[in-house]
Amino acid sequence: MIQECKTSKAISGMGHSMKRKEDGRFIQGKGNYIDDIKLDGMLYMDIHRSPYAYAKIKKINIDKAMKVPGVVAVITGKDLEKYNLHWMPTLMSDTQMVLPTDTVMYQAQEVAAVIATSRYAAADGVEAVEVEYEVMKPVMDPYKATLPGAPVLRSDKKGKTDNKIWHWEVGDKKKTDKLFETAEVTVKEEIYVPRIHVASIETCGCVADYHKVNNHLTMYMTTQAPHAIRTVIALVAGHVGLTEEKIRVISPDIGGGFGGKVPVYPGYVIAIAVSFLVGKPVKWIEDRSENLQADSFARDYHITAEMAGTKAGKIQGIRFKVLADHGYTDASANPSKFPAGMFSICTGSYDYDTAFVEADAVYTNKPPGGVAYRCSFRVTEAVQGIERITDRFAQTIGMDPAAFRFNNFIKKDQFPWKSPTGWSYDSGDYELALKKAMDVIDYAGLRKEQAEKRKKGEIMGIGICSFTEVVGAGPSKDFDILGIKMFDSAEIRVHPTGKAIARFGTKSQGQGHETTYAQIIAEELGIPAENIQIEEGDTDTAPYGLGTYASRSTPTAGAAAAVAARKLRDKARKIAAYLLEVSEEDLEWEPGVFFVKGAPEKKKTIQELVFAAYTNHPQGMEAGFEATHYYDPPNLTFPFGSYICVVDIDKETCEIKVRRFVAIDDCGNIINPMIVQGQVHGGLTQGIAPAMFEELIYDEDGNILNGTFMDYLVPTAVESPSWETGHTITPSPHHPIGAKGVGESPTVGAPPAIANAICDALLPYGITNIDIPITPYKVWKALKEKGVVKAI
Amino acid sequence: MQMEKEITVTINGEAKKAKVEPRLLLVHLIREDFNMTGTHIGCDTTHCGACTVLLDGKSVKSCTILAIQADGKKVSTVEGLLNADGTLAAIQEAFKENHALHCGFCTPGMMMRATELLQKNPNPSEDEIRWGISGNLCRCTGYNNIVKAIQYASAKIRGEALPSTEPIFV
Ligand code: FES
Ligand code: FES
Repeated sequence: MIQECKTSKAISGMGHSMKRKEDGRFIQGKGNYIDDIKLDGMLYMDIHRSPYAYAKIKKINIDKAMKVPGVVAVITGKDLEKYNLHWMPTLMSDTQMVLPTDTVMYQAQEVAAVIATSRYAAADGVEAVEVEYEVMKPVMDPYKATLPGAPVLRSDKKGKTDNKIWHWEVGDKKKTDKLFETAEVTVKEEIYVPRIHVASIETCGCVADYHKVNNHLTMYMTTQAPHAIRTVIALVAGHVGLTEEKIRVISPDIGGGFGGKVPVYPGYVIAIAVSFLVGKPVKWIEDRSENLQADSFARDYHITAEMAGTKAGKIQGIRFKVLADHGYTDASANPSKFPAGMFSICTGSYDYDTAFVEADAVYTNKPPGGVAYRCSFRVTEAVQGIERITDRFAQTIGMDPAAFRFNNFIKKDQFPWKSPTGWSYDSGDYELALKKAMDVIDYAGLRKEQAEKRKKGEIMGIGICSFTEVVGAGPSKDFDILGIKMFDSAEIRVHPTGKAIARFGTKSQGQGHETTYAQIIAEELGIPAENIQIEEGDTDTAPYGLGTYASRSTPTAGAAAAVAARKLRDKARKIAAYLLEVSEEDLEWEPGVFFVKGAPEKKKTIQELVFAAYTNHPQGMEAGFEATHYYDPPNLTFPFGSYICVVDIDKETCEIKVRRFVAIDDCGNIINPMIVQGQVHGGLTQGIAPAMFEELIYDEDGNILNGTFMDYLVPTAVESPSWETGHTITPSPHHPIGAKGVGESPTVGAPPAIANAICDALLPYGITNIDIPITPYKVWKALKEKGVVKAI
Repeated sequence: MQMEKEITVTINGEAKKAKVEPRLLLVHLIREDFNMTGTHIGCDTTHCGACTVLLDGKSVKSCTILAIQADGKKVSTVEGLLNADGTLAAIQEAFKENHALHCGFCTPGMMMRATELLQKNPNPSEDEIRWGISGNLCRCTGYNNIVKAIQYASAKIRGEALPSTEPIFV
């Protein structure tokens, strides 16, 4: 038994590996994704993009494009300027071009939109748009962007004299600097967490459907946060009469989101503008190349990580400095108060009280973004930093990395634990998770094997990562996006016959909410999960919420579901007391039934009580059986885990084989083990991806060198190891169902485990760090420099 | 616009006619002209496999075949997978029972590819399965459960005892 179940299988509350309710439509090809939506009279939009990273637009000639059969309109920045729609705010209160009027800032930026009667005609039109550019030398290196004399990229901003976006810091600088002057051992490493892309298999797109007669917009779009988008559209287009009550955002089935479907992309806004102008529905679907080249990137953090401690193996403090490359605008999706997201979780799973962390963000001629790619706002970067430098420290003092971690873990009884950067970790048992991982993988046996192999000159490495995540944003006192507090919501309506529908402000993109939310409600009300229908993604019907990203659905909306269900259970208790003619205190609850204490035959089932709420409710009580709750979390949740990876490296080809990977995750109480495990498998694969394969690469002139699936290497089933997964359970003490969220832990924990394994393998050759993605070529180059392999 | 040509394609057993431009891709014929949207598009370089269908029984990426190349041929898509009695095909049941899909976007292509794989090799090893589906990308599942699902479908088709679908989550 993975987790103890309080409900029967028929009810399938928490802990049951219930098969997913949403799967029926997907396995029959009946999902409803954005490109499946077809409306009468619908037009198609395609986008002409810049071939240059930095250029002045001298002239746009649309004449030829307009002559292409089927082309209805070509829209440029100048057209949008007339309505003051050529710029829009980003979620970080920066500004982003919808379409440029004079300058392009990155390769593949939108330059003109072609609207046509078919997809093919629109594409023909895009080919026929002619643009004259005056090409300028782009700034591609974020370090160079900070140098005096670097061209000021955002000259559109009055008074801007450099490329800095923000500076952010936390911790005690003086104390930290002092520690580093006096500590017995200090280690320092430059760690780059590369620019990558979420690459969900479905790209982004929308169908904007504006009706002139009733001045109403229905916006079907691939968004993880439909309500927030509705508000943003109202903020951008309110001045042309599109106020919030006239906007309905529908997020249909989403083919993977991972943070990439949080931002507002120019294509969405152009589609709305065009539908508004021509009064017809307009569909826009990106190609994969456009998606990789122009949509929000993730990561791109240059970290200087330092750790101070004793020779005996006690960590005393860390000092981290970050340079964040944001591209030409800050279009991340962080909570307002946290420009560097939750990066300050970089103090990790260890017990010490001294830290100073600072970050600077700069503009370059790259696409904007900085999305929280399957990660709670920069936690992946933080964990890469701390877990790599932890290994470096252990190596420096000659201590086993597992022993070093045990030496420094925050202990189980130290929770709630105040981190030196101000977080209050809710609960944890780090020793247990690492012990379990070591047992499963036979750590001692592996070290023995490694010692023998090293004698024979074979290359094998073992890497550990013991991460702490911070998810579930977040408490309203600290967390908002564009001023909107980061609560989330649930509304439950139980019908007279005892079946229910529940609606949420979040939006699943594959996480299985239709199943897990039903299980939470089933747990609390005893109504079978099978009989609870879950609906998300329609702003006209769902209560307001901030959406699904940063592992926040279970911590916020999941909690809202539990609390709303408990309100209903309280009501059911009142009805039961009335029907059974006893006082409420005399009643006992077991899933699905209230019975009289000491007389279990006197009972009412939840279905009977719901029916009574519609047919025979006590006088003075409100009829019906529904409840809504907006859940404002008291704290974040702190999932954690320990991962161990074993790699073998071929000395000839430098091919890296992940032989085994064991992941032990603790996400608090588990709603559905099957889904939790599935999330871990998926996240691990999105962890091996940047560790070994993926990076968006640009040349000096601003050309992207791998902007298609041809050369941006998303792992296939062949590159992905057979993952071994397991769990421990340390409930969150403040969450109504003790759950913490899990979707992102593996993406966060896997890259350092893999990097640590490879660097461990190469340690005998004096190689201490290779930046991810660690490819055979990088390994070969490093070994060649050390004279281990010869040039071919 | 180029001259249109009339073609006949038998899709999931039903012969359908369409007037198409020579450049029309098979995937667009299926999705736009035949309104069967279970076949998806995930890339523009023939790498993702979301568009995989069977053309005369052979799995192909329908984004890389012209509609006119399917003239007079048989195409099978996810919409045609159900058994004749309306129950789930072995591969469909296998994907659901083994949690082999998250967002479901890669799923139709993955199942079509697996269908042909199992026809050619009814009892594939894990390695053969992994190589066999290496033309199909899934960004969500990490493939573990897709491999498991194909093994389950293999057992089911061969009439062997079905492997457990309980997660091994130590
Ligand atoms: S759409 Fe990607 S291979 Fe066909
Ligand atoms: S289930 Fe989402 S891409 Fe495979």
